[in-house]
Amino acid sequence: MMTQAAELPWFAAVPVALLLLAGAGLTLVGSLGMLRLKTFYERLHAPTLGASYGMSCILLASMIFFSVLQTRLVLHEIAIAILVLLTTPVTLMLVARAALHRDRLEQSQGVPASARRRPDGDAS
Amino acid sequence: MRRLLPHPVVSGCLFLLWLLLNGTVEPGPALVGLVVALLGGWALALLDPGQPRLRRPGLALRLAGTVLVDVARSNLAVTRIILGLNKDRQAGFIRIPLALREPQALAVLAGILTATPGSAWVEFDAEEGWLLLHVLDVGEEEEWVRLVQDRYAQPLMEIFA
Repeated sequence: MMTQAAELPWFAAVPVALLLLAGAGLTLVGSLGMLRLKTFYERLHAPTLGASYGMSCILLASMIFFSVLQTRLVLHEIAIAILVLLTTPVTLMLVARAALHRDRLEQSQGVPASARRRPDGDAS
Repeated sequence: MRRLLPHPVVSGCLFLLWLLLNGTVEPGPALVGLVVALLGGWALALLDPGQPRLRRPGLALRLAGTVLVDVARSNLAVTRIILGLNKDRQAGFIRIPLALREPQALAVLAGILTATPGSAWVEFDAEEGWLLLHVLDVGEEEEWVRLVQDRYAQPLMEIFA
């Protein structure tokens, strides 16, 4: 497929290139966040960059690229997007709740004891 | 009809997904897709998630548009934070009272909040309806409560009424 990339007309090549760059850039920044953010709960947010618009941009680029090359609508990417969209929150919540559970057992600082607001104004 | 197709919308979507993946409407793959769609519907009926009724499709579309814009904004905000352009931010937990109880609506809300890079759903207290959220840049706590309650929870309550 890569050898055929040269045959892509400019009106498709420009958006494909821009979308790929944007998607790859967002995913890279997300990965960088895993390094730069300090606490576990902060690092939870970093991969979401790649899972939201990072993924969308790359999939959109793929849709345009293959649709133009094969001169028919290629929509496989929609299925990928739906599956990523449905599965990432599940993993994220599992990991977050596991961390919260462990932190509460160890009675770490700065972790709320419960989701409820206590009447005596328990500081989070 | 109920027995054969307990979840017609889900089965229909599965069938369409199968055709999409195969990229054809020939009878062979279509027949396999039909079997997959029926089995999927039965499996879901065994799990018994209840029958959510979707009202106000127009409002659902508008909510989807709102979420798309909000997620884009949050992508930019988190990018700035990671690249170190926003120094005076404070990460933290926020408690939000929710009146929403419909499990399907809560699942959609959880999906929205986790898909937004700046916020992560951490815990939900179903008994009293408290949501524990972790956000990367707290700012005004009131704003987060209003955002979740008015922008997302209120339309979801009307859609899943």
